Amino acid sequence: MTSLVHTPTARKKSLFDHLEIFLPKLVLAPTFIAGIIFVYGFILWTAVLSFTKSRLLPKYEFVGLYQYVKLFTNDRWWVASKNLLVFGFLFVVICIVLGLLLAILLDQRIRIEGAIRTIYLYPMALSFIVTGTAWKWILNPSLGLERLVRQLGFENFSFDWLVNADMSIYTVVIAGVWQSSGFVMALFLAGLRGIDDAIIKAAQVDGASLPRIYWRIIIPSMRPVFFSAVIILSHIAIKSFDLVMVLTRGGPGYSSDLPATFMYAFAFTRSRLAFGAASAMVMFGAVMAIIIPYLYSELRVKRNE
Amino acid sequence: MNDQMIQAVPNTPGVIAGRIFIYGLLILMTFYFLLPLIVMVLTSLKTMDDIRSGNLISWPTEFTLDAWKAAWGSACIAVECNGVKTYFWNSVKIAVPAVSISTIIGAVNGYVFSKWKFWGSEVFFTFLLLGCFIPFQAILLPMAQTLGKLGLSQSLAGLILVHIIYGLAFTTLFFRNYYVSIPDELVKAARIDGAGFFRIFWKILLPVSTPIFVVCVIWQTTQIWNDFLFGVVFSAGGNQPITVALNNLVNTSTGVKEYNVDMAAAIIAATPTLLVYIIAGKYFLRGLTAGSVKG
Amino acid sequence: MNPKLLRNILAICLAVGMLASSAIAGEVEVLHWWTSGGEAKSVAVLKDLLEKEGHTWKDMAVAGGAGANAMTVLKSRAVSGNPPTAAQVKGPQIQQWGDEGVLTNLDDVAMAANWDKLLPKVVADVMKYKGRYVAVPVNVHKINWMWANPEVFKKSGAKIPTTWAEFETAAKKIQAAGFIPVGWGGQNWQEATVWESIVLGIGGSDFYKKALIEADPEALGSATMVKCFDTLRMVLQYIDKDAPGRDWNLATSMVIQGKAGMQFMGDWAKGEFKAAGKKFGTDYIAMPVPETSNGYLFNVDSFIMFNVKDAGAKKAQKAMARLIMEPKFQEVFNINKGSIPCRLGMSRNPFDFPAIYSFDTFEATAASGALLPSMAHEMAVFPAIRGAMFDVVTNFCNSSMTSQKAAENLAAEVKNAI
Repeated sequence: MTSLVHTPTARKKSLFDHLEIFLPKLVLAPTFIAGIIFVYGFILWTAVLSFTKSRLLPKYEFVGLYQYVKLFTNDRWWVASKNLLVFGFLFVVICIVLGLLLAILLDQRIRIEGAIRTIYLYPMALSFIVTGTAWKWILNPSLGLERLVRQLGFENFSFDWLVNADMSIYTVVIAGVWQSSGFVMALFLAGLRGIDDAIIKAAQVDGASLPRIYWRIIIPSMRPVFFSAVIILSHIAIKSFDLVMVLTRGGPGYSSDLPATFMYAFAFTRSRLAFGAASAMVMFGAVMAIIIPYLYSELRVKRNE
Repeated sequence: MNDQMIQAVPNTPGVIAGRIFIYGLLILMTFYFLLPLIVMVLTSLKTMDDIRSGNLISWPTEFTLDAWKAAWGSACIAVECNGVKTYFWNSVKIAVPAVSISTIIGAVNGYVFSKWKFWGSEVFFTFLLLGCFIPFQAILLPMAQTLGKLGLSQSLAGLILVHIIYGLAFTTLFFRNYYVSIPDELVKAARIDGAGFFRIFWKILLPVSTPIFVVCVIWQTTQIWNDFLFGVVFSAGGNQPITVALNNLVNTSTGVKEYNVDMAAAIIAATPTLLVYIIAGKYFLRGLTAGSVKG
Repeated sequence: MNPKLLRNILAICLAVGMLASSAIAGEVEVLHWWTSGGEAKSVAVLKDLLEKEGHTWKDMAVAGGAGANAMTVLKSRAVSGNPPTAAQVKGPQIQQWGDEGVLTNLDDVAMAANWDKLLPKVVADVMKYKGRYVAVPVNVHKINWMWANPEVFKKSGAKIPTTWAEFETAAKKIQAAGFIPVGWGGQNWQEATVWESIVLGIGGSDFYKKALIEADPEALGSATMVKCFDTLRMVLQYIDKDAPGRDWNLATSMVIQGKAGMQFMGDWAKGEFKAAGKKFGTDYIAMPVPETSNGYLFNVDSFIMFNVKDAGAKKAQKAMARLIMEPKFQEVFNINKGSIPCRLGMSRNPFDFPAIYSFDTFEATAASGALLPSMAHEMAVFPAIRGAMFDVVTNFCNSSMTSQKAAENLAAEVKNAI
């Protein structure tokens, strides 16, 4: 290893040591300050606001838990919360399963891998404002898929989820999976390619079949990839706003509403700022309750490896 | 899957059937992924009469590029009738600084979190990651107030600042995970040799960071270019990004909707990110492969 | 010439020039959501008029949700201490902004042009805060229109209805003939638009005032309201099953293409018919929503003016307010947009027939007291209450809720939202 610096050793040593202790912290300082002010400071501001009676703009007259009580007696909030659980769970699970499946398939030395990979990946490059209208037409019974299949001869084919109050949230899942599973596939493909050959060769020598090798050896060793995928996907699911607004506008009725769109509608459009703030706090609290244990368990495992 | 694994498998009918199944499934999935793009492209090539009289998803009776010309240069977005071209360049002005600065800061942060851990750094990192779960709608008003106090409201600099701040969590995550896989021994040896903080970064880590830089740039460009919320709230007339222009074009409330121009404009808006993905796609994978995904 | 003298002369010229220009002209930054097609053309008219007087127009257009996005931007800017000079805000929200103390006083412009005489009282009141003008109205849209395709009616042997009973007869005939009776867009504002017209027709002006303007819980939960919901349920039987989520213009297109017989929509639907080359009277007709021929539900778009410090901007603001209420702008803007001027006493000549009918009804109802603000279009109640009403109505339309339950929910939700 070549020497990297020509610094004379004895004289500058103590200054350098000082710097070394401070420098990393100094470097992190801007991010730290940004995090304190712009993330946690704003969360605190939202929390404070949720205890006021603000309507159009912030007004600091405190009313205790008034907004929270109103929130829990609001039917639409329960619909939105339930939808987040359904949508979030399905979205994350299906994206991971589909992403893993596609990655495994693509890993089998496919000729046109580059092209297919780009096709799976491109949806993430497009904003949903761009693609949402197309999905709305495709999923609409009288305009899109149902009509097309019927025209092809299958008179009894029915696919009216978009206009069905019970099923509308699942159309959001379909469009969401379309947008994000390609990225998950890329994550898994990269993970698959990073696996050590020696283990696989040893298993083959032992006579294990291909599916068994995948199930027993390869998939378990990709735990870190699962972690990254879950973090990224749940972050997307919680922030899903454009997806709902463009596809169903929360409808029919408000059957496909999600907490992010609920908060926006009440805080801004309906000029009930404090109420919206309360819903944001509850949503944030619920998310923390799930994510923190997950992060803790994963990071602890990593430290022990 | 490496070559040796494939060679070990014989070319029996069972295997060939397996290959057909694999290809078949992959191609079926490509339809699912390509469907909306096909619909958009076809619509952008139709005339308004075609759209009005026919179905929204049908083959055009005649092909025309008029919608494209209108979208770029002459479509009316509020009182300006110059199409989306100025907004396109606005987005570039916003994305380039925001992406580069947030990536560089993320790189240095990642370096610290992986190679210069100190008491509380893991906790700090966890909280940084947690912070990216707030929906952005919740921070609009406080951010507006803060920018106002800083004198940056409705300015290009303010918008870029917002993008940088909210991109830091992910850029840091990408770089930290990547640098974790670079052996600590390298850094330790360099320190024994007397190298300092920045020297090690510059000479050891940066040279091997190309793949993760590409991943980070791709991710940030996608997020920032496609952002609508920050762009609409924190910019002013002359600085609005293309997503705002697209929204204005498409979301007319009581006017007549010209779907073909809307679709053409949407595809124009998506072109840079699409190009980035297509061109840098293979680097993307290489970057993810080289340890970025491993915890 | 002596360089020092030259420099001094230059400096004086510059100062005089700056003084002169800042005394005469200013810049107005206008936040609005009229971003496309005919709407954009209309705004361009105002921009031209303003620029002819030497001021500059800085555009800040934000589409989406009929103003939802624009309102978010406006609130953010107000909080940051940097509001635009003028913003497109309508209805009771004007009073809410007034409460924040950020609006300027337009009384001097109003007195000079005698706005009190030029506007019906019910419209002028919306523009005032504590008795002083803070906003200027731009146009008037009539909401309770029914657009119909005469061909479809002829083929079905049905008669254009003027009462809800006639509607049911006609709808049954149209359905039997294989058409869709009502072209319907299943979005909450469209559902609310039809609902409020029903309330006006069945309950009458006084009931409408009590229920949808004063938001009186007793009226909202009353038997009359149950009857209104019954009528809405009846209408819903005659829409197609793919209606949820459909945009209003696609529903209009169903009528244009002869797939559906009628649509209940405001006067902007006329734009779609015109763009498709259809002729009024032969290809399409416009009637008041059944049982509302003596009533007029209005939507008045308006601009509020913020308190600004810059003297030039102040002048430009007053110029903008003055120009908006003048006949020239009122005529050109409204022809382009499909609405009618809010200024009374304008000439009917340049307008087409649906607009002329609208003119007549506007003046008649202004006198009779049946000129009422539209709840669905943000003219009647605060956004929080409107939101609550929307939620109940859309839920009713998209579920099998009973009318009794709907009325109860309505009273409860509105009370909750206050």
